[in-house]
Amino acid sequence: MTKGKAEKGDWFLKGVRDGIPIALGYFAVAFALGIKAKEAGVLPAEGFLMSFLTHASAGEYAGLQVIAEKTGYLMMAVMTVVASARYFLMSMALSQRLDPNLGLRHRFLVAFGLTDEIFGAEIAQKGYVEPKYAYGLFVLPFLGWPAGTAFGILMGNLLPDIVVSALSVALYGMFLAIIVPPARKHPAIFVGVLVSFALSFLASRLPGIRDLSSGIRIIILTVLVTAALAIVRPVTDKELSGEEEEKKRKTEERDHA
Amino acid sequence: MHNTVIYILVMAAVTYLIRMLPLVVFRKPIRNRFFRSFLYYLPYVTLAVMTFPAIIDETGSWLTGFFALLAGAVAAWFGLGLFPVAIICTVTAFALQFVF
Repeated sequence: MTKGKAEKGDWFLKGVRDGIPIALGYFAVAFALGIKAKEAGVLPAEGFLMSFLTHASAGEYAGLQVIAEKTGYLMMAVMTVVASARYFLMSMALSQRLDPNLGLRHRFLVAFGLTDEIFGAEIAQKGYVEPKYAYGLFVLPFLGWPAGTAFGILMGNLLPDIVVSALSVALYGMFLAIIVPPARKHPAIFVGVLVSFALSFLASRLPGIRDLSSGIRIIILTVLVTAALAIVRPVTDKELSGEEEEKKRKTEERDHA
Repeated sequence: MHNTVIYILVMAAVTYLIRMLPLVVFRKPIRNRFFRSFLYYLPYVTLAVMTFPAIIDETGSWLTGFFALLAGAVAAWFGLGLFPVAIICTVTAFALQFVF
């Protein structure tokens, strides 16, 4: 294991510092999420609680649709699994980057803070991820995200419609930033994204299907398209090991050289 | 009668389980090839399904959302991060609402 120069106490502060840009970005995007939450009838305090506990862009967006359409708690659970399944993958990747002897208490806590950006910052570190670094990273983003959500709910009323509808596009921008880079690299993901767009468009317009709740449509389409991709083009071990692992191997090779 | 706070607690509990299980319980890699492939593709498919056509139904005219989508996709294609892409989409949508 390669240990950084930082002492134990410094790891926490380094985490806090690296969390500043993440927190600022979170505040802005959570504001857009807050506007969605307001449309779903969520109160500012409820929005703060939701974002503090969940801190998941797509998961909360999908969950807000369930709240807006009042389709039930089971629907909420299924919708959350589908919209946030990517954290399962990140968690699997991160578990390879924790000290195998790390205690359960730390594992439970590190798991709480797993988001796309925090995962990115954690695995950018060399060697095993120091739990203190992770805790430092959490501090500011986990204030910025719920604060932005509550603020968005409060301000949604005051801003002119033209600003509100422009801001509501911000969340989709975030989704695009997650799906486009891998689609550029992997033809199967590229095709999968285009097919998803096309089928999702049809499902929202065709009589009968369009009357289903958007949650049900999202779940059905996701399972169908994903299963088709997994059958037609099963991924190789090289792809599964992920770029992060590849990068890690390269750094390690360099260190050994 | 469904209660918003219970909805939120269900959302938070399920999300936490997804994040926690691989770190605490399933520490060994999954071997089943179909399941691994399924997990690999799922995030991209579900985000794509949620993005379109929602983005073109969001603003007054579908063209506004369509160009916001194009601008965001191009920015992400050239490697811009989450927040720059989100901002580019927002600014595009804002500006084009004066046109369409």
